[in-house]
Amino acid sequence: MANSIARTLNPGQRVSLDGNHGHTASVVRSLGWSALPWLVPVALAVLWVLGSHYGWISPQILPSPTLVFETLAGLASSGELWMHIGASLSRIAVGFTGGVVLGLLLGAWLGLSRTAEAYILPSFNAVVQVPVLGWLPFLMILVGIGEPLKYLLIGHAALVPVTLSTLQGFRRTPAAYLDVARVFRYSRRQTIFSVILPSAVPVIGTGIRLAFTKAWLTLVVVELVASSEGLGYLIVYGRQLFQLDLVLASVLIVGAIGYAADRLLTLLEHKLSPTRLA
Amino acid sequence: MSTPSLELETGSGAIAAPDEPGKDGRWRAWVIPVAALFAWWFVSRHVVAGHGMMTSPAQVLHTAIDQARTGALWRALSASLARELTGFTLGASLGLLLGSLLGVSPFANRLIGPSFNAFKQVSLFAWIPLISVWFGLGDVAKVVFLSLAALVPVVAHTSDGIRAVSPELLDVARVFRYSKLQTVRYVVLPAALPSIFTGIYLALIYSWLATLGAEYLLVAGSGIGNTLVDGSEQFRMDLVVFGVIVIGITGWALNALARAIQQRWFRDPAA
Repeated sequence: MANSIARTLNPGQRVSLDGNHGHTASVVRSLGWSALPWLVPVALAVLWVLGSHYGWISPQILPSPTLVFETLAGLASSGELWMHIGASLSRIAVGFTGGVVLGLLLGAWLGLSRTAEAYILPSFNAVVQVPVLGWLPFLMILVGIGEPLKYLLIGHAALVPVTLSTLQGFRRTPAAYLDVARVFRYSRRQTIFSVILPSAVPVIGTGIRLAFTKAWLTLVVVELVASSEGLGYLIVYGRQLFQLDLVLASVLIVGAIGYAADRLLTLLEHKLSPTRLA
Repeated sequence: MSTPSLELETGSGAIAAPDEPGKDGRWRAWVIPVAALFAWWFVSRHVVAGHGMMTSPAQVLHTAIDQARTGALWRALSASLARELTGFTLGASLGLLLGSLLGVSPFANRLIGPSFNAFKQVSLFAWIPLISVWFGLGDVAKVVFLSLAALVPVVAHTSDGIRAVSPELLDVARVFRYSKLQTVRYVVLPAALPSIFTGIYLALIYSWLATLGAEYLLVAGSGIGNTLVDGSEQFRMDLVVFGVIVIGITGWALNALARAIQQRWFRDPAA
């Protein structure tokens, strides 16, 4: 997607508008420019293929690409892959949704009430100083290593950025909008829902996207440490058996899902942002 | 792992609400911590006394004094911090170089930028098993992982900051016939500095998180993360709570250090 936008703006085509001479040169240059981002991945892939083909790298250190894709295909056709993806996604669904909803509520509360902010925000900031991995052993003793542990940690990871961005978004309502609301004698509810909330949406959207990145990161960590299914578990399992093809295949899936979700949330953010206010 | 105060600094105080707490309202920040401490003490004393999982504030304090006196705390903390600083320095320096290259050269940005963004999407900790195969479980593997954690935000913020320098400023530099070096020194660098600093600040936080992750997942040697692992394996809640508190304080101190450096050297030239 980014490629197509860049292509319309690339210098090669701008040159080609100037006239007919040098047309072929500019086409070549334009092609080269749009192919540029693929150079590094393709070069790496070629090196990987050649390296494993001619035995430059021991398969114990880097298995061949064909092996990785065979492993991936094997996992997919046996249904094992979908089982692990399902486990991971359902954890994300519960933890992330819970964290986002609570974060929105908490952030809105702190944003609307200076009193709540004075009481709660300092403690909140203190709790936030300890990263997710610090809470992991603590919660492991408290709630065991079952599903609640994952929900709690993922929820916590998502809650923090959403709370802070909601608070920030609520505080940043332009004073002029609030003045207009006062002139129109909006009730407090009307002010919140038709003035403050819409103008906070872009900031909150960024917070939610950040929250997903954090939640996804946390999911992988929790599954690496304490889990018997899910993508993180697949990575650890492959590592324990020294099946690096399995490890690489799982890392690929983790990256692909993270990337897809990020794109999806960006798209959603653009859909929901009120263009009227911008 | 996040940057609460950084985001809040710009966020708070936009509209002064009527119930704004003054200087004498500071006590309100302590209500919840004190209440929580009291609740903890009460529950551990009267409700589940003698239960192995539950530890009391006094017990944690006892462990803290014990850890500090035997030197276990200092050994773990200095090992962790040495690792953190090595990885951070390596990662941030490489990140500054790569980020500047991506920011200054559209060609380099087009060549490497998309691959870098794709790489960024893979959850950082997913690399740990691979790193452990390639570099073992020792300090080398940990430092590699930490530099990776520090590298990513520095590259992203440095290149964004340099590319966001307004064209008007560059036009002025051209009018004054600044040399390339002068343009970078007097125009690009001052304008991009706040963003570059945000990247370095994030790198400091990320590498602290990654230090814990590395110690937790590449279990070898000593460090504050290993203190947590030990506590959790021996079901010693007091040790775990102590570890969590030390981690929180260290994170806070790193935060404060970064803020102080920012105040001293990276003040917004416009301000």
